[in-house]
Amino acid sequence: MGMWLFIFTELFLFGGLFLVYAIFRAKYTEDFHEAALELNTFIGTVNTVVLLVSSMTVAMSITAIQKGEKGRAIRLLLATIFLALIFMVNKYFEWGHKFEYHIYPGSPVLVNMPKGELLFFGLYFMMTGLHALHVLVGMVLLAVTIRQISKNKVRSDHYSLHENSGLYWHLVDFIWIFLFPLLYLVT
Amino acid sequence: MEKHHISTYFSHGTVLVALLVLTAITVLVAELHLGAISVGVALLVASVKGTIVLTYFMHLKYESLFYKIMVAGVLVVYTLVIIFTFFDYMFR
Repeated sequence: MGMWLFIFTELFLFGGLFLVYAIFRAKYTEDFHEAALELNTFIGTVNTVVLLVSSMTVAMSITAIQKGEKGRAIRLLLATIFLALIFMVNKYFEWGHKFEYHIYPGSPVLVNMPKGELLFFGLYFMMTGLHALHVLVGMVLLAVTIRQISKNKVRSDHYSLHENSGLYWHLVDFIWIFLFPLLYLVT
Repeated sequence: MEKHHISTYFSHGTVLVALLVLTAITVLVAELHLGAISVGVALLVASVKGTIVLTYFMHLKYESLFYKIMVAGVLVVYTLVIIFTFFDYMFR
């Protein structure tokens, strides 16, 4: 229950940003289109697939713990964390590529762009950055869960931590499911 | 700890396949460059994917009605926020 309530707050946090995006997109449609062309749809798609698979692995890890399959639960959680790591590495390359072209918050290049493009990139960095932070937090939660499973503190008859960490992870995926088309497939 | 429905590995795998297919559809439709239609389709497909994640991965299907109503309620409120904001913006 608590985790669901927290998830609602997160939905409004990102939802608010989506709203800002929507309004400015309506206002600066051409600029947003131009700016979005700079994004790498391939990496975006790969990252989408990565997160979707990671949602499956974490869901499977819960099935495993419910069945008392300790080793499998841990392996599936490790797989989830590994996929999250791949996501972060992709993000690193993506942002790195932007920085190479001097596109980053506060850069002189960005400041001299048409207003709509500036807004797009501002939103892009803000939303994907905030999302990436959530990915990191999720990785920590999942790692803690692994630790607790190995210590038998999380078991088939006591796995709230695991379940809630899973819910948090699905939220991270849920947000990306909307982030991806709106930022990358905008044209 | 109340007795909980245990999803099968198979059902999780099936859900993933469905999500991947929907992702492919989104990307393909975007490639067609249909402008506003692509955006509409993208959002619609994203909503379907999100609902699938909520229903199966987040186990909402097997939770009590209370949770289902809560989540639906929050999503309705959020949608209203978007709609009202747009009404305001469009008719200023």
